[in-house]
Amino acid sequence: MMTEQKRTVSIHVPVLTRVEGEGALDLRIDNGEIAELRLRIFEPPRFFEKFLEGRHYTEIPDMVARICGICPVAYQVTAAQALEKLFGVELDPWARAMRRVFYCGEWIQSHSLHIHLLAAPDFFGCNNAIELARIAPDEVRRGLRIQALGNELMDLFGARSVHPVGVRVGGFHGAPAPAQINAIRDKLRAALPEAEALVRWTASIAVPQDDQPFLSVAMQHPTDYAIETGAIGVSDGLRIEADAFDAHFAERHEPHSTALFSTYHQQPYLVGPLARLNLNHARLPEAVKTLLAEIGLALPSRNLFHSLVARAVEILLALHEALRLLDAYRLPDSPWVLVTPRAGVATGCTEAPRGLLWHRYEMDDDGRVVNARIVPPTSQNQGRIEEDLRLSLLNFGLDQPDDALRLHCEQVIRNYDPCISCATHFLRMNVERT
Amino acid sequence: MMNDPNTSPTKPRVAVHKFSSCDGCQLALLNLGEDLLTLAERVDLVHFAEAGPLDPDTEVDVAFVEGSVSTPEDLERIQHVRQHSRLLIAIGACATSGGIQSLRNGPHSEGWIAQIYAHPEAISSLQHSTPIARHVKVDFELWGCPVNSQQMLAVINSLLLGVAPRDNADKVCTECKRRNLTCVMVSHGVPCMGPVTRAGCGALCPSLGRDCYGCYGPAENANTDALAAQFGRLGLMPQAIVQRFQSINSQAPVFLAAADKTRAHHDD
Repeated sequence: MMTEQKRTVSIHVPVLTRVEGEGALDLRIDNGEIAELRLRIFEPPRFFEKFLEGRHYTEIPDMVARICGICPVAYQVTAAQALEKLFGVELDPWARAMRRVFYCGEWIQSHSLHIHLLAAPDFFGCNNAIELARIAPDEVRRGLRIQALGNELMDLFGARSVHPVGVRVGGFHGAPAPAQINAIRDKLRAALPEAEALVRWTASIAVPQDDQPFLSVAMQHPTDYAIETGAIGVSDGLRIEADAFDAHFAERHEPHSTALFSTYHQQPYLVGPLARLNLNHARLPEAVKTLLAEIGLALPSRNLFHSLVARAVEILLALHEALRLLDAYRLPDSPWVLVTPRAGVATGCTEAPRGLLWHRYEMDDDGRVVNARIVPPTSQNQGRIEEDLRLSLLNFGLDQPDDALRLHCEQVIRNYDPCISCATHFLRMNVERT
Repeated sequence: MMNDPNTSPTKPRVAVHKFSSCDGCQLALLNLGEDLLTLAERVDLVHFAEAGPLDPDTEVDVAFVEGSVSTPEDLERIQHVRQHSRLLIAIGACATSGGIQSLRNGPHSEGWIAQIYAHPEAISSLQHSTPIARHVKVDFELWGCPVNSQQMLAVINSLLLGVAPRDNADKVCTECKRRNLTCVMVSHGVPCMGPVTRAGCGALCPSLGRDCYGCYGPAENANTDALAAQFGRLGLMPQAIVQRFQSINSQAPVFLAAADKTRAHHDD
């Protein structure tokens, strides 16, 4: 039957739990000390991993895309690559390179959406981006243009940017024509100075100095800034392949949340743009390194408020990468190769915009799913967010008024760009003081 | 310059509500680029949590509802939305058919929560994921997984002009023909859902040489019997035919009936 060796992993098939929508924070302060701090995430379970059971491998990229409208490419590419590895499929070099370009489009789109529509308004005393656009119209319009360019890059390979339809196990369904590539290259080149200005702008926004110790976890690659390929690296020096994830990382369910909590050797850890920049800044293109030196961002950083500038830096990196990979574009003989399924366990991971995304599929001989497990970035960050809130509130001062505490907590949580950050005042905070 | 957007007496008040979903349909607005700022000048975005404005209790002219009803709390919240909205428009597959998460509907999923959560008592979830129209009156449905920006703007512009939005329930095949695309089923033997699937996407999948997988839900007068028979002739086993109809819009009555019929036929 299955080819995987026996491992003592006591996890049932967990449900992938989305986290947008409902978040709540319970904070109890007794005699000037935090007695209770619980971030409650409540998004209705959607049971993806259960209803993937029995589905054919050809359906998986289209189905897992529906887990997240903001980062469908991450889910599609992770699933396709895990299955390709199991099936022993060697992609055409064209398809390998274009997967990265496609993924760059999603980073550009998602990061720009987060910076401008979700995170930045807080730092200017605005409730939302529409208000921010009244005091910083050029910056917001620039951000929306960059977001639109990311979407356009995704459209090129997926025909649409939300639940794109281009990825298949074995490559892509179709290849963009060279004329389309030439047109997008002009736009990407024109966006470079805009993205550089965006990095400078985010670096100029005054953020709290909030120094904390934490572990960073991100994929690492010998030559590239890891996006869609690489090993899993930890800032304590561990480096493992995707199939060893379970030996070092565990998920548990806390009754106060529908998102599962992940730990690394029993400790919370950080995934996402700042974790990636901390581990991989040496792999950035020279032009990006020069700009980093100019703005004076010292890496690794222990301040989660640097997540804003980290996203801007990754937008610039993604533009450079897309341009580099599209430079000598040629049409492939075929955008996909034939796939023959086989039974076994497929594991794989990529760097979704919000951080490490890990998939595991047990497949039968016919190429159907026996069971599936998906570990998304937000549940990995959940333990770290609670730890951060605790430390950050102590730095901030527990004697601050409730409204100031609430806004500070919202900003801390939004640094992680969890899906719950979608609402400006998502936090129903109950403060009890005795 | 535009008038002060806060004082125009004719600006419609708009809310965007999220139920159980992936947030992808709201992106039809958030991905408008600079047009998003134009939209914010023409309508009053009263409640749109993902974009910032948060006020679910004010009366609005139009409420767009994304997502399906899947928790006890949703049951109450959708009534609240209905009571405070002059027009209620359901957007996307989750809101119109129950969405991909309605694959859990049916007896096979009983006990999933207990099987997978260490604290099942803490999970509040209904057995079924259901469309908005199952619970309240819906004035217009915009199908698609996801709906796209052009569809959303067409609806909003219709409302701004005071006319009823146009409902295109024709088939994806008509869009293929208009784009002069080669039929993937006739030419390549690919089992395509286009003949029974509602138009609106612009025939994106056939434009890449692949099969439509029905993400816009059933078209009007869909001949699912003929398509199921054609899938059989193309070599699909009954289970695969059932899964063609049981995917993104599994609980749309036409697709559900087609799957049930294939199962019954196979069991005979």
